[in-house]
Amino acid sequence: MQTNPADASLPADPRRPQSAVAWGLIGLAYLMAGVVLLVPLLLIVVTGFREGVGVYLANIVKPDTLHAIFLTVLAAIVVVPINVGFGIAAAWLVTRYDFRGKRLLITFIEIPFSVSPIVAGVIYLFLYGGQGLLGPLLAEFDLKLMFTVWAIFLVSLFVTSPFVARELIPLMQQQGGEDEEAALSLGANGRQIFWHVTLPNIRWALLYGAVLCNARVIGEFGAVSVVSGAIRGQTNTLPLQIELLFNDFNVTGAFAAASTLALLAVVTIILKSVLERKTGH
Amino acid sequence: MSSLEAARDTPRAVAITTRPTRSRKPGRRHLLPGFGLTFGITTLYLVLIVALPLAAMLLKTFSLGWPEFWRIVSSPRAISAYWITFSSAAAAAVFNGFFGLLLAWVLVRYEFPGKRIIDGLVDLPFALPTAVAGLALVTLFGPAGWYGQVLVPLGITVTHAQLGIIVAMAFTSLPFVVRTVQPVLEDIPEDVQEAARLLGATPFQVFSRVILPLVLPAFTTGVVLCFARAIGEFGAVVFIAGNLPGMTEIVSLLIFIRLDEHNYPAAAALATVLLATAFVTLFLTNLLQAWQLRYADKSR
Repeated sequence: MQTNPADASLPADPRRPQSAVAWGLIGLAYLMAGVVLLVPLLLIVVTGFREGVGVYLANIVKPDTLHAIFLTVLAAIVVVPINVGFGIAAAWLVTRYDFRGKRLLITFIEIPFSVSPIVAGVIYLFLYGGQGLLGPLLAEFDLKLMFTVWAIFLVSLFVTSPFVARELIPLMQQQGGEDEEAALSLGANGRQIFWHVTLPNIRWALLYGAVLCNARVIGEFGAVSVVSGAIRGQTNTLPLQIELLFNDFNVTGAFAAASTLALLAVVTIILKSVLERKTGH
Repeated sequence: MSSLEAARDTPRAVAITTRPTRSRKPGRRHLLPGFGLTFGITTLYLVLIVALPLAAMLLKTFSLGWPEFWRIVSSPRAISAYWITFSSAAAAAVFNGFFGLLLAWVLVRYEFPGKRIIDGLVDLPFALPTAVAGLALVTLFGPAGWYGQVLVPLGITVTHAQLGIIVAMAFTSLPFVVRTVQPVLEDIPEDVQEAARLLGATPFQVFSRVILPLVLPAFTTGVVLCFARAIGEFGAVVFIAGNLPGMTEIVSLLIFIRLDEHNYPAAAALATVLLATAFVTLFLTNLLQAWQLRYADKSR
C-alpha cells in the first residue's frame, strides 16, 4: 500500500483512524483487551508481590515450591533440545525430499496439536501404566515410568513435539533447497551444509519455535497432572503446585508461584515479538 | 547452479533447472544428503512418542467391546458432560469470533497508541500457563474479586457455574481468531476497497460485500480451532468451575475423576470420544485451509 504511487494523494498516513466508527472500534478493542487480557495479568503480578518481595521470596523458597520450580526447569532442559532436534529432522525431511507417505507423516507431526491435554496424559497411562500395554513388561523388569519424572518428560515431549517443526516447515518450504544444492555442488558434505547453509537461514524461526515449545513445557497442566501423580516434593511441577497451594487455601503461596510463571510469560511474549520481526512473521 | 547443471546432463535435471528458482516443491528427489538419517529420526520419534501411545489407548478401548463402550459413553453423566463441554466451547468460540475479528481489524487497519502492547497481549493466553489463567480468573470473578464485586450483586455468578467454564475457555482460546484473520486482512489490497468505494459502496457494504467474503475462510478456521481448543481445555476450567457433576463437569474432568477412581475402561472410552472429536476438527480445519488456499489463488 505504501509503495503504490496512486496512494500519494491520500493523507500522509492512510491508517490513521479518521471516522468516529474507527475510534469507536479502537475504544472497544482497548476496553476488551484491558478487561479480558491486561487485568488478569496485572492481578496475578500485583497479588504475587502485594505483601512485598520478601514475602514473595519466602513463599518461593519453601521446599515443595522450590522443588516444583526445579522440576519444571529440568523438564524444559530435557524436552526443548529433543524437540528442537526432532523439529529440524522433520522439517528437513518434509521440505527437502519427496517420498511416499509424506502426507501421512505430516498428519502425524500435527496430531499432538489437536489432542487435548487430558487425553495426552491418558494415552501415556495406557502405554506405560500398570493397566497399560507395556505395563506388565515394565513390571517384570521392575521399572516404573508413570508417576515419576520420566512420565512428565514423556508427556511434555508429546505435547510440544510439533512446535519447532511447525515453524520450520513453511519457512524451509519457501526457501527451497537451492542454497543447499549449490553448497553440495561445491563439494560440501551434509554436516557442512547444515551448519553453514541451512542453520543460518532458519536460526530465528528455530529460536521462535523453541521459545514457544519452552513456554508450553513450563505451563503444561492437564497432561502432566494425569501422569505425574502430583506427589509433593517429588513429581509436582510448578503449575500443579499452584493448584495444590490453592486447594490448601494457601493463596499467598499460589500467587507467588503464579506470578513467577506470569513474569516468564511476559518474557516469552517479548521474545516472541522480537523474533517475529526478525523472521518477518 | 551451473556446475550442477553440467554435472547432471539428464533430461530430468534439465527440467529441474529450468523451473523458477524459488520452487513451491523443493523436495522432488533425494539429491541432498540426509534422507536416511532424517527419515529414521522422524519416523522413529513419531512412532515412539505419538503413534504408540495413541495405539495403546485405542487398543484398550477396542478391548471393551461395543456394548460396554456404548454403555460408558452414553451414560447420563457422560452425556451431561458432553453437553456442558460442547455448549460452553461453542459460546466461547462465538465470543472469540466477534472479539477476534474486532481485534484483528483494529490491529491491521489503524495506527493508534498502545497498538504494539495490545498485539503482544493477544499472545498472553498462549504464553500464560493455563493454571495461572485459572487462578487469575477465579480470583477476579469470585465474590470478593475485582469483577465479582460488581457482577455478583447483579445476580451474575461466574465461579462454580457454567459461565465460569465459558470465561475460562474463551480466555485460553482467544488468540486463534485474531492470528488466523490478521494475515489475511493484511493481504487484502487497498485498491479492492478503493474500487468498491468509488463504485458507491458505503463503508458497511465494503466490509460485508468485499472484506468479509475474503476473510471468511480464515475466520471460520480460527473459530473452529478456538472451539477445538476450548473442548480440550482443562487447567483453567478446573480452577473456576467448581466441578459439580451434571452442572459444571466437563468431559476432561470426568475422565480425570474416572482415573482417580481407577475406572480405567471408562477413562479410555471417554478419552476416545474426545480424541475422535479432535480428529474431526483437525479434518475440518484441513478442509477449511484448502478452501482458504483456493480463495487466495483466486484473488491473485
